[in-house]
Order: sequence, then structure tokens, then C-alpha cells
Amino acid sequence: MGKEQEHILVPKHTKLDEKEIQEVLEKYNVALRQLPKILKSDPAIKELNVNPGDVIKITRISPTTGKSDFFRVVLND
Amino acid sequence: MAEDLIKECENRLPGKLVENLKKAIAKRPINQKQLKEVIKRLEEKYSYAKINPGEAIGIITAESFGEPGTQMTLRTFHFAGVAEANITLGLPRLIEIFDARKKASTPSMEIHLKEPYNKDETHLEKIISLIKEIKLKEVISKISINIMKLNIEIELNKKRMREIGVTDLTIIKSLKTELKSAEVNLKDDLLIIKPKPKEEELTLPTVYALKEKIKDIHIKGIEGITEILPIKKENEVILLTAGSNLKKVLEIKEVDGTTSTTNDIFEVASVLGIEAARQSIMNEAGKVIKDQALDIDIRHIMFIADLITNSGIIKGVTRSGITGEKESVLARASFETPIPQLVKASLIGEVDHLNSVVENVMVNQTVPLGTGLPNLVTKMKKEGEEPK
Repeated sequence: MGKEQEHILVPKHTKLDEKEIQEVLEKYNVALRQLPKILKSDPAIKELNVNPGDVIKITRISPTTGKSDFFRVVLND
Repeated sequence: MAEDLIKECENRLPGKLVENLKKAIAKRPINQKQLKEVIKRLEEKYSYAKINPGEAIGIITAESFGEPGTQMTLRTFHFAGVAEANITLGLPRLIEIFDARKKASTPSMEIHLKEPYNKDETHLEKIISLIKEIKLKEVISKISINIMKLNIEIELNKKRMREIGVTDLTIIKSLKTELKSAEVNLKDDLLIIKPKPKEEELTLPTVYALKEKIKDIHIKGIEGITEILPIKKENEVILLTAGSNLKKVLEIKEVDGTTSTTNDIFEVASVLGIEAARQSIMNEAGKVIKDQALDIDIRHIMFIADLITNSGIIKGVTRSGITGEKESVLARASFETPIPQLVKASLIGEVDHLNSVVENVMVNQTVPLGTGLPNLVTKMKKEGEEPK
């Protein structure tokens, strides 16, 4: 893991597979393009080897709900 | 069995509630039936706490910031006698964060050091000299132009150079890399710089311009960091800086690369990514609010931070940022610069579908919020089909 992922400001980023993406879209009843975005060149995901259209799961430590999942779709810059 | 029940409710309840439930059960054991009842009540309470669909959370957030903001304005700019570095605080800082200004007016870093440097003050001087930016003008005692020879003569301040650990060689090296079109020579403690113009003849004004440029040449340390103030916080030495350069500072091996931060949100976004920037916006806005002893719910800050970082890059709440991306012409016109917005929209023939709030207020229609949100949808029967 690189330095970026270890920084306290950076929550855990994981890449979802095809099946998990469908589950997320179904759960929140949204289309892929309606998800929040993350750039392909984002330093936090540079070691995940992502392509545009991939969905990144971000496990945030939220002050209100403890752990919470957030999803971003990868965009070309 | 109890674990199964808890595991089952994890999907429906937020993590923190489940954690608290587990802790409570560990303290005071209850039977299966009681646990079921507890979970039922918990879910009920949680669903009451949820915000209703169609609720206008944007305006609630705006008001939640707006009202305490009026209190804040009165208390800004009043910190006489504070010895620490002058950092923008209060409303101006909050505006800076939410507008996502590219240049923070007072960039500053909080540098944490690794063990054992964070406890041991003997290395502090050395680390500070690694980080603090030294420009040429700080290590010279005299700089002048020799009008006859049309060159610049620099007298080096040997004493100051020894103090900060700079040698003649490092100065010459950095001068040579910065000045491609000049000759640099050292002659008996006198640094002579002879400009080599490409085409036009060498004149006094060009030499003078070069002299002014030379003064600001970077010799040592990290570019952008102009001041360092070590402070002690909970048995640990922290370096506060004026100026910011997160990328370079994280590369220094004595610096703790996991906890050192900057207040420049754009820098955080480019070095650590958009999620870190979101966290940074929350931290910075939270700091202002805490400083001013205001009470704004963290959810409002989270909401704004989410909006600002929604598109993968930082977009402020301005007419060139997220407000400017509104679909409706009338909504954009109602924010700032109405006439240019309307003129531009009419030139390209934009259509306003009146889908959102502001534009419907303008044309005196029900706004799609709360009870105004649901619509009746009729399924038209196809030709030849019998009505059901």
C-alpha cells in the first residue's frame, strides 16, 4: 500500500466486482451515471487499477453512524 | 442465537446503533424475547429519526449555517494579543471553504513528527531547517550591480550560511539550475553573475530585473513554507507552518506521513484524493464552528462536503461551481448575475422544464417538495385493450 492510503484523511477504498455493482444500483435504485464520481487519476485509487465505469466502495468512519459505505463511479478526467 | 438476531438487524440499522446495542447487552444480559423487543423498539425509534422523503434538506442546511453565521460576523477579526500565527478564521474562512477558493488566504500546515522526533527536541532545529524555505536573499549580506561590467555581485553572509547549513556549492548549483541564461562564478567570496542575453544587447534594466529575480531564488527547504512555529500539544511537538506544500512535506522521512495535514483543500485533493478532501472540508469547517463556539449539527457540514466533492473534483457553492450547474435557467438566475444568465440562456435557446423549487416559486406553482412532491401518473390503455 502506498502512502496515500495510510493517511488519516483517506478512508478505505475498494473496487467492486460486476455483481456487487448491480446490487448497489438495485439497493439505491439509481443508474450508474447518477452515482457520485471519482476521477481515474485520483491518488487514493491509483493502486486499485481501475477503469472508467468501475464502482469504488468507500468505507467511511462517520461521526454519526460509525462505519458507513459510500459509492463512487470512476470517470475519465 | 442473540448474535443471529443482531446480525440480522445490522442491515436495517446504522453501525453505531448496533455497536451500542452490543455494548448494552454485554453489560446487562437479556433473554431472546426481550432482545427481540429491544430491536423492534430501536428500529421504530430509528425510523422516526429518519428525515422524510421530499423534505427540503438543502434549505435547512442553509438556514442552519446562515443564522449562526450572523453571530459569527460580529466576532471576527478580534484577536488582539494572540502570539500565534495569523490565520483566517470565522466567517471569512467559512466562505473560503464553501466557495472552494483555489488559493487559501492563509495556507498553513500542521506537521506531526515520527517517533522519536516528536518527543525529543534536540533534533527539532535540524528538521525545521529541512522544511523551512530559504531564499537567496536570506543568505547574502550585499547585492549590487556593477554598472561598468554590467554584472551582479553578491556578497555571501558566511555566518548565516553556517547557521542554516548551506554551502557555496549548493547556492551555485541552485543558481545555475534556475538561471539558464547567465554565467555564475565564485571569486574570493564574491559571487559574480553575468547575464548572457540571447539576442538583444545587454542593458541596465534587464540586469536590474535579473537582480530582483535572483533574490527570490529557492536555495534550501520546501518551497512555499515561509514560517515554522513549533508548539507543544499533549506531550508532542507539532510544527505549525505558514505556507503549505503537502506533497513535499510528506516525503520528508522525519515527518509522520499519516497524520500531517494542511488547511489547503485543493492540495489535499491533489495529493490524497477526493475523499480526503471531503474529510478535510468537514474538518476545516468544523474547526471554524468550534472556534466560534457555535452549534451546527455535523450532518449539515457532511451534506455540504458531499455536495462539493460530488463530481470527483472540488466545486464551490458559487455560480461557477455547483450552483452554476443547475439545470434550470431561472434557478441559476435567482442566485447571482441574473441578467447575464438569462441573456446567455436565450442565445442558445435553453428550455426550463420547471422541475425544481426556485423556478416554481417564481411562476407561482406548487413546488416539488414535501406534499408537493408526489404526482399522479395515469397508465394510458393501449389501443384495443379493455379497461381493467
